[in-house]
Amino acid sequence: MADTRTPSFPGVQTTILGADEIILNMGPQHPSTHGVLRVKLRMDGERIVASECIIGYLHRGVEKIAEHRSYQQFAPYVDRMDYVAAVSNGLGYCEAVEKLLGVEAPPRASVVRTILTELQRIASHLLWLGTHALDIGALTPVFYCFREREEILKIFEKYCGARLTTHAFRIGGLQYETYDGFEHDVARFCQDFATKIDEYERLLTENRIWVGRTKGVGVLTAQDAIDLGVTGPVLRASGVEWDIRKAFPYAAYDQYEFKIPTGPNGDTYDRYLVRMEEMRQSRHICLQAIENIPAGPILAKVGKVLKPPPGEVYHSIEAPKGELGYYVVSDGTIQPYRVRVRPPSFINLQAFDRMVRGHLVADVVAVIGTIDIVLGEVDR
Amino acid sequence: MTDEPADKQPAKQAEPPKGEQPSAAQPKAPRVEAQPAAPAKPVVPPAKKEEPPGPKPLDSPLVLRFRARFGEAIRDAVIDRKQAILVVEVGRLREIAEYARDEEQFDMLTDLTATDWPKREKRFEVVLNLYSFPRNERLRLKAQAAENEKVPSVTGVWGAANWLERECYDMFGIVFDGHPDLRRILLPDEWQGHPLRKDYDILTQDTAWVRENLGIESGQ
Repeated sequence: MADTRTPSFPGVQTTILGADEIILNMGPQHPSTHGVLRVKLRMDGERIVASECIIGYLHRGVEKIAEHRSYQQFAPYVDRMDYVAAVSNGLGYCEAVEKLLGVEAPPRASVVRTILTELQRIASHLLWLGTHALDIGALTPVFYCFREREEILKIFEKYCGARLTTHAFRIGGLQYETYDGFEHDVARFCQDFATKIDEYERLLTENRIWVGRTKGVGVLTAQDAIDLGVTGPVLRASGVEWDIRKAFPYAAYDQYEFKIPTGPNGDTYDRYLVRMEEMRQSRHICLQAIENIPAGPILAKVGKVLKPPPGEVYHSIEAPKGELGYYVVSDGTIQPYRVRVRPPSFINLQAFDRMVRGHLVADVVAVIGTIDIVLGEVDR
Repeated sequence: MTDEPADKQPAKQAEPPKGEQPSAAQPKAPRVEAQPAAPAKPVVPPAKKEEPPGPKPLDSPLVLRFRARFGEAIRDAVIDRKQAILVVEVGRLREIAEYARDEEQFDMLTDLTATDWPKREKRFEVVLNLYSFPRNERLRLKAQAAENEKVPSVTGVWGAANWLERECYDMFGIVFDGHPDLRRILLPDEWQGHPLRKDYDILTQDTAWVRENLGIESGQ
């Protein structure tokens, strides 16, 4: 093979700069990039003229691994993509394979899945809130957020033994029955949490510095958001009332009443408010769900060896970060022929350039935080 | 189970075909929506236990509109697990994508990816997952491309295609014609080979790159 490699470092191609322009490099080792994101900024003074995200530092070839594992063996791998919302990843994958097989999880499993996934959404949003506020300079919320997140992780730990990469679900339902006192733990968390959200809001919502740093920063119009395929809270903050839990209900979401919060301006402040409201709605869903967890089996009848009939399926769920989709192709063998993950963080990050242009370099930090990316999922 | 095409006909008037009554020996199909459909209607595949899910021909009004407009360029239309799939001619992908966005209101490109089928005459299958906000409906477009065949880029139709096509190029080596900035995105720019091709083994790596840049003998 002829070696055509060039010694250039990725991305540093010659750009014709204006007389006042400089290139500023941020990351990959920068605390506010939430992992290993590298951003190249073309600056005119302190204003951003253009930007480029350089990603892939955490690429592990998850989709390739899937082709060499059986359907069940691959399930724990998906937890390592969005590692702060492993439960949601697992739900999406299990439901996609279930659809491919033509089985459905029993009602009890669906309800427990819904509860755990909503708790995970709260945990993911809490992590986002704490670090986002920290990036902007508010030091207090992160301690509060981690305090409450810990309660959720404890519930996960009691349920399945793991806190972060939980692998809580199995294809066809659940492996574990809920523990004694599960409902009580969830109910107690939800009751306490109502006042905790108000506490966070007291720290931030009307804080002049917070408002000054987030209002009008990183505006994304609804049209741009749809064009760029942006989903999740970022899309909703741009005024599009769209949530997969309502559009294509999965698990047990069609049984519960909840609202889809939206924002009018599509700026960082609106995205903050949308996520705060989402946490309240998640809490509301959990409270409804624990009222009545149906009795019955927790695992549908699936064989030990899964051989889905040839064909393909695309299934997506509303993960905390946006639409998490799995496109699974089966050739009738025990290993998936192809698993494609539609990662919300990757696609939402593409909107970064449109959001930062014209802003100051300090706003880059706010915008990275507000998209809520996890590099494990961006790079897979 | 709502992501079936909106213009699917209701199956309720269907009368159960003979010999389909669940016998005592047969466990009840676990799918809730399992109800027999008339055999003449290919739109709703009956989700019975005997018949495994799989691709079946699709003939919905949406497909008819696409067929009326593009004729032979719509190679095939199937429904698989209640999801509509159109197989289109690769050369006219851009045109068809524009039509899907403007006339059929598929305003969001949810995902763009590919699958490698090395034994087929045209090995790559580019897969576009579309979503329509006004209709709350999904549609999958597929186009088959040979190894060195260029695929028209849809970046001009949906902005989301930019990074997705770059990833596809990175992982499969599919060249998208008209892409503004077709570079690798996840792997290093100098990497040799395209990992998601079926002939790229899971243990394969660009050993020269690893040695030169990481200073180790092997990344395995």
